[in-house]
Amino acid sequence: MAAELHVALVAADREVWSGEATLVVARTTSGDIGVMPGHQPLLGVLESGPVTIRTSDGGTVVAAVHGGFISFADNKLSLLAEIAELSDEIDVQRAERELERAKAEGDASAERRADVRLRTAAVS
Amino acid sequence: MGAQLRVYKRRIRSVTATKKITKAMEMIAASRVVKAQRKVRASTPYATELTRAVTAVGTGSNTKHPLTTEAETPTRSAVLLLTSDRGLAGAFNSNAIKAAEQLTARLQAEGKEVDTYIVGRRGLAHYNFRERKVAESWSGFTDEPSYADAKKVAGPLIEAIETETAEGGVDEIHIVYTEFVSMMTQTAIDSRLLPLSLEEVAEEAPKGEILPLYDFEPSAEDVLDALLPRYVESRIYNALLQSAASKHAATRRAMKSATDNAGDLITTLSRLANAARQAEITQEISEIVGGSAALADATAGSDR
Repeated sequence: MAAELHVALVAADREVWSGEATLVVARTTSGDIGVMPGHQPLLGVLESGPVTIRTSDGGTVVAAVHGGFISFADNKLSLLAEIAELSDEIDVQRAERELERAKAEGDASAERRADVRLRTAAVS
Repeated sequence: MGAQLRVYKRRIRSVTATKKITKAMEMIAASRVVKAQRKVRASTPYATELTRAVTAVGTGSNTKHPLTTEAETPTRSAVLLLTSDRGLAGAFNSNAIKAAEQLTARLQAEGKEVDTYIVGRRGLAHYNFRERKVAESWSGFTDEPSYADAKKVAGPLIEAIETETAEGGVDEIHIVYTEFVSMMTQTAIDSRLLPLSLEEVAEEAPKGEILPLYDFEPSAEDVLDALLPRYVESRIYNALLQSAASKHAATRRAMKSATDNAGDLITTLSRLANAARQAEITQEISEIVGGSAALADATAGSDR
């Protein structure tokens, strides 16, 4: 069994992150799922939520992902997302403002997106 | 200065100003092409991965989905035409419109009703002027389309194909856009977006690759449900980006030939102006010579 897997985190308009990792945790519609090297081929629908990637050099990459897919085969993992942001790219103040606004307007999906951003930013 | 010469000088000045403007527009378009091409490239990984995933679900499961099943007798189609908001791009828009009209005629000959969806003010103006019905139109983002714009365009189309034909839905969706082949070549092409034929998708995917048996989470149907609209959005996004790149390339070429023509015009006008100036000088000299000869004749006459 290979000790690491290749991860590509791809947003609709750019490649957000790619590299080697030992563990990837993502949230699918049926719950959190952890993928380690040698996992069986998988194709799942992602929910809005944070994705945690443990890189092979011991670091951790956290990204907020909004809608998309996870697909894994041949030790290659692709995370496809319409919108994906690394935790250090997230503008906390803007996300907070958005959360306030979404709450005021009762926009559940926007509220969730802002919430995910904030929690992702808080992890790192 | 003679009247003739003054007219030439004025025309040279105005053509020079025009040349400066077209030159600037050419430069701007050139830089935008590069930017648009970069965007096309940046969107490629997502499109490739998505194609792989669609192929995997399509071949790895026997699921039927409204977006992949062909109606037995299609009676209504939607045509999505991508044009630009602004002109000054040579035949860019008219080529795309022409391609859309040919497609519409072909579909009508097959006995289908055609709903037209348009992106870009130019195409909309063309259809409005001819008082043709337009199902829906979008504009304002054709120079630099974002993924959100593609989503906005894809939404109503997906909704239309999911609606029953009897209730005003459509059976198939065609897209007409300008493919960016190279800096010099852009061709208006049409292709069928939906229903998706999975064989075609499979052909697009890299050859010689054996697709593994995937474990679907939560289920193959749900994955396909979520996957196909994204695939359509990504295809539309790609078409929008290519169309934008093509538009800028066409603008660049149109502006380059405008600049060249202005240059030629300036050369011709300068020659004419020079000839006019020379003619004027010649005339003045002959007037002076003639005048002095007459004066000499007159004094010679009075001496006698």
